[in-house]
Amino acid sequence: MSEMVHSVPHDGTDAEARPVFAEERRMLGIRASAWPGIIAPVVIGILMLSAWEAIVRIKGIPPYILPGPILIGETLWSDWGTLSGSLLITLRITFAALTAAVVVGVSLAIIFTQSKWLEKSLFPYAVILQVTPVVSIAPLIIIWVGDINLSLLICAWIVAFFPILSNTILGLNSADHNLINLFQLYRASRWQTLRYLRLPAALPYFLGGLKISGGLALIGAVVAEFVAGTGGSASGLAYRILESGYRLQIPRMFAALIMISLSGIAIFFLTSWIAHLALRHWHESAVRREN
Amino acid sequence: MTTAVGAAARPLVSIRSVSKQFANGTLAIRGVNLELRDGEFVSLLGPSGCGKSTLLRIIAGLGAPSAGTVDWPTSVHDAGGEAHPDLGFVFQDPTLMPWANALKNAMLPLTLAGLGKGEAEARSAEMLALVGLKGFETSYPRELSGGMKMRVSIARALVTHPKILLMDEPFAALDEITRHKLNDDLLGLWWQNRFTAVFVTHSVFESVYLAQRIVVMAARPGRVMADLANEAPYPRDALFRTSAEYAHLCRVASGTLREAIAA
Repeated sequence: MSEMVHSVPHDGTDAEARPVFAEERRMLGIRASAWPGIIAPVVIGILMLSAWEAIVRIKGIPPYILPGPILIGETLWSDWGTLSGSLLITLRITFAALTAAVVVGVSLAIIFTQSKWLEKSLFPYAVILQVTPVVSIAPLIIIWVGDINLSLLICAWIVAFFPILSNTILGLNSADHNLINLFQLYRASRWQTLRYLRLPAALPYFLGGLKISGGLALIGAVVAEFVAGTGGSASGLAYRILESGYRLQIPRMFAALIMISLSGIAIFFLTSWIAHLALRHWHESAVRREN
Repeated sequence: MTTAVGAAARPLVSIRSVSKQFANGTLAIRGVNLELRDGEFVSLLGPSGCGKSTLLRIIAGLGAPSAGTVDWPTSVHDAGGEAHPDLGFVFQDPTLMPWANALKNAMLPLTLAGLGKGEAEARSAEMLALVGLKGFETSYPRELSGGMKMRVSIARALVTHPKILLMDEPFAALDEITRHKLNDDLLGLWWQNRFTAVFVTHSVFESVYLAQRIVVMAARPGRVMADLANEAPYPRDALFRTSAEYAHLCRVASGTLREAIAA
C-alpha cells in the first residue's frame, strides 16, 4: 500500500482514516508469523515417527503386525510403480467426481434460487441422497450401472455434491438486501442480478463448500473402491489396501494408506489456495487487519 | 422561516394521499401529500419510526404504497404507463459490492444500463474524482474509510446524472467532522448539477444546513406535520453554521419537530 501514501489528499476526504492492514515480513515466501505453525507439527511428526521406529525395533515387532516408518518408506519407494498407478486411478475418480459435484451442485443451486418451487420440491431429495450412507447404496449402483469406473464416480459424486449445493444456495441467497434493492432500482434483469450480484456474493460460500467436498470426493472414491473390492476390475488405492491385507503385505498397506492421507492433505491445500486466490482482495476471511 | 407555498405547474414528483401498511398491520405512513419541485433540496425530518425512510423507498419505487399515488408528470413512461424516473439512491450504509473496486462499484448503474466498458469506466472515474476520490479507483471497499465508502456510494448514485437523488440518512453513521465535510461536498455537487435532492435525516442541524425545504414528520402513524421553507442563501459554509441565522432556523425547526412529536 506504500505506493498510495503519496496520493492521499489531506483535504478532509478522511482518507487518513482508512484501515491499516498487516504487512508482514516474509521468510521463503511465507509470512514470518506462519512459520511456528509449520515447524511445530513437523517437529511433533518427526518425534512420533522416531518413537514408532524405536518401539518397533526395541520390541522386535514383526512387519506383518506393525512395520516401522522406515520400512514403510522403503516399500513406498520399491512399490512406487504399482502404487502410483493406483494413486492415479483414485485421483482421477476423485477429481472427476469433484468436477461433477461442482457442475451439478452450482447448476442446481442456481436453478433452485430462480424457482422457489423447484427448490421446495427437489431439495428434500438432495438431503436424502446426502444422508444415505454411500456404503449401503454402492453395491446397488455397481450392479445397476455395470461399468465399474462410472459406478465409483457416481458414488464419490453422491458424497461430494451436497456441501457445494447447500453452500451455494446459502451464498446465492445472502446477497445484501439493499444491493438487491439497488439492482431493482436500476431495472437489472435476472441474468444481470445473477451475474453481477448473486454469483459474486455466493463465491465465498461456494469455496467453503468446495473445501469440504474436495476431501469428501476422495473419501467417496475410496469407500466405493472398498465396496467394489477385489471383484472389480479397478485397481485404485483402496483395492491395493484390500489386496495387501489378503497377502499380509502390511508395509504396502501402510504405504497405500499414507498415499491416501497425503492426497487428502494435498486436495485440502489446493482448495484452500484456490479460495485464497479468489477472495484475497475483498473477503474478510482472507484479510489480516491490524487492531 | 415561512411555510412553503405554491408549486410549479408541473412538479417533478407528486405524492397524493400515500399510505403504507405493512403485512403485519403496522401503519408506517398515512395520507402523505407532497410535491417535489425540479432542482430543490428537500429534507425529510422526523424521529425514528416516522416513516421517512418508507416514504423515500416508495418515491424510489422500492415498494408500492398501500393507498395513494406517486406520479412523475415530467418523466419517461413505458407502454404500461409506469414511470421510469431518472433517479439515484443512497442508502444509510454505503452498500458497496465488496468484491469490486471503487471504479467498478461506481459504474454499476452504467453496467446495468448496458453502456460500453470504456465509456462506463471513464464516466465512473470522472464521478469518483468529483466526490474527491481521485487516486482510489482501484481500492476495494475494505481498504477505504467509512466516509470514503459513502463517497463511492454517492458517486454511484450520481454517475447516471439523475434528475433526483434520494438519500436515506446517508451520513448518520459517520463522525461529526466527516459528516460536516460530506455535507459541504454534497451541497457543492448539488449546487453545480442542480438535481433534485431528497435527504432523509433525524438531525435538525443537518436539515437546516442543507435544505431549502424541511418536511417535518411525526410517528405512529407517520405523517407530514409541517413544510418549512429555509430561505438562507447558498452557498452555505462553515460561516453559516456558526451564524445567528442558522441558530435561529435550528430553533424554529426544533420547535416544529417538538410540536410534531407531541401532537
